[in-house]
Amino acid sequence: MSEIPFVFPNDVHPPWSIMIVLYPYITGLVAGAFVVSALYHVFHREALKPVARLALVTSLCFCAFATLPLLLHLHRPERCFNVLVTPSVTSAIAGFGFIYSAYMLVLVVEVWLVFRPAIVEQANSLTGAKALFYRVLALGVTDITDRSRAIDSRLIRVLAIMGIPIACVLHGYVGFLFGAVKANPWWSTALMPVIFLISAIVSGIAALILLYQFISWRRGETADRECVGALARYLWMFLVLAASLEGLELLQMAYEAGGEWPILRALLTEHLAVSYGLVQVLIGSLVPLLLLLTSFTRRLPARLVMFSSGLASLLILVQVFAMRWNVVVGGQLFSKSFRGFVEFPLHWMSREGLLAAAVILTLPLAALWVAGKILPIWQPAEAGTLADAR
Amino acid sequence: MVELEVIGGANGQCGGSSDPCESAGCQCDSAESDSRRQFLQQASTFALGAVSLTLFPVSVAEGEPAGGAGGGLGTDAQPPMYGFLVDTEKCIGSGKCLTACRVENDVPEGYQRTWVERYVHFKDGTVQVDLVPETGYAGSDQPPIDPEQVERAYFVPKLCNHCEDAPCNQVCPVHASFTSPEGFELIDTERCIGCAYCVQACPYGTRFINPDTGTADKCTWCYHRVMRDEDPACVEACPVGARLFGRVDDPDSEISQRIAAIPTSVLKAHLGTHPKTRYLGISDEVT
Repeated sequence: MSEIPFVFPNDVHPPWSIMIVLYPYITGLVAGAFVVSALYHVFHREALKPVARLALVTSLCFCAFATLPLLLHLHRPERCFNVLVTPSVTSAIAGFGFIYSAYMLVLVVEVWLVFRPAIVEQANSLTGAKALFYRVLALGVTDITDRSRAIDSRLIRVLAIMGIPIACVLHGYVGFLFGAVKANPWWSTALMPVIFLISAIVSGIAALILLYQFISWRRGETADRECVGALARYLWMFLVLAASLEGLELLQMAYEAGGEWPILRALLTEHLAVSYGLVQVLIGSLVPLLLLLTSFTRRLPARLVMFSSGLASLLILVQVFAMRWNVVVGGQLFSKSFRGFVEFPLHWMSREGLLAAAVILTLPLAALWVAGKILPIWQPAEAGTLADAR
Repeated sequence: MVELEVIGGANGQCGGSSDPCESAGCQCDSAESDSRRQFLQQASTFALGAVSLTLFPVSVAEGEPAGGAGGGLGTDAQPPMYGFLVDTEKCIGSGKCLTACRVENDVPEGYQRTWVERYVHFKDGTVQVDLVPETGYAGSDQPPIDPEQVERAYFVPKLCNHCEDAPCNQVCPVHASFTSPEGFELIDTERCIGCAYCVQACPYGTRFINPDTGTADKCTWCYHRVMRDEDPACVEACPVGARLFGRVDDPDSEISQRIAAIPTSVLKAHLGTHPKTRYLGISDEVT
């Protein structure tokens, strides 16, 4: 029996745009970068010291813009505060405002504590408007004695510990937002929050490797091999986990072959063949897994390890974006009639268009550049260790 | 909007609580106690109003009897409960219901609050599903199907299922999707932020973001008409009685008697949404 495609009339207008692809992508980078900073501040991975501050500020910069794609997506953005004022406890979206606010608070306070000594030193050494600026940033707390710094250090650790579950909830919840939609068989799986969370960590580590290598290159310095190697090994481990979970999810769908499998199979083989099969699985997962193996041996030249880690990170960042795309867009390509597919509209110049998306992705990097001008984000590997600070 | 009248009516009643002194018939002779009582009354009213607006807007609305426009129906303590029965054996695909809905509810072009699907099983095994044009097939430019090639065919009108466990209602982050006291799933267009999560959550594709208002939109079973003691526009327009609407809490109503007498079914029953729109004469191929 053959069927002629048919879609429900309202399904020809996919309601979620590329902005909803960006939203989990950016929050993923936020959560992933925070995990790296926590590996240093909580789990004392000394090798990550060169990127610990960078990770924290990167997380803050991306977090500052995490709501922008959502605002651009809302058809009534002027009512956005309804989510905080009249939240519905049964809605996943309603949780966002509170989880995001809590996470932002933890991040801002932790960043302030980490950079407070530097801020006070700048306030004391500079004059005029610059000194005033740093005095305002110090919030009147100018004590940077050893005792005061020890208290800061303890607080930073507490905040970093608190931040880990909040970061996990922040991104796990994003996965839940999709996983709990029983109307959509491409989204409705209990694995979705876990997959989102692990791939978030993957994207955060990959972004930090690239940022670290890029900033080192711009400063004419050599990135620390120990640091990049450690990041690459963590990246490999989390990538194995992410790829396995994603593969298992698909395998289970195919093996069970439930009533909706025919439309999902068509989705994968005909509509997501490039973005899923080629980009997400082959180029974005399998190739990086092989490239990152170079970080497990000391016999290879440092340049090769640096290059392969950087290339793998770049591919992984593309892969995680493709994964978000395949979930968000893929889930809207087929009609709920399960009998046909629709076109996903892409525009350059609209409010939710590609140009706006590109600008949103650039803004956190611009913020990071500005933060680098204000705060001493750069932390050479040979400087004092965490143990010294404690 | 009708939806707002429900919320407004509920809040209005909440804010207008009667004076316990007056109801007891007592007299308060002290101006000071009067002003204190007035202050306390206003403060508590304000606080209750604030709470009702922030945390429990829907539950308050649900707990009150239908206000304003709803007064015309059902004076019992319990609000009247309604249901919708689609008889696919009667539907002839005239498209009258589609025009009636669009005109009655000002539905924008390119979107549908209700539509009618045609299922055609050809003798060669091919199954064709398409949409009945608003003009009906006779008035459209669609080429006619050769009856000799057709094994069987039928029409399936679609509309909001007004589910008892509505996923659209569950996912709405701001209580804009809510259940009226009479069991209608409605949208408060003054509250909706246009996030479209409800559009994604509806398994039946009945919701859309209205491009004119920027808010979620869908079939309301013509709540505004029902509160005036009228049938939904599509029901009234159907020339063959394929759409039947009425009170399901009244065992003597036509809809209650038909549902009791004939096996009916709901769409995507496995999802556990418990639709209140029921179907007669469809097979499991209808999604």
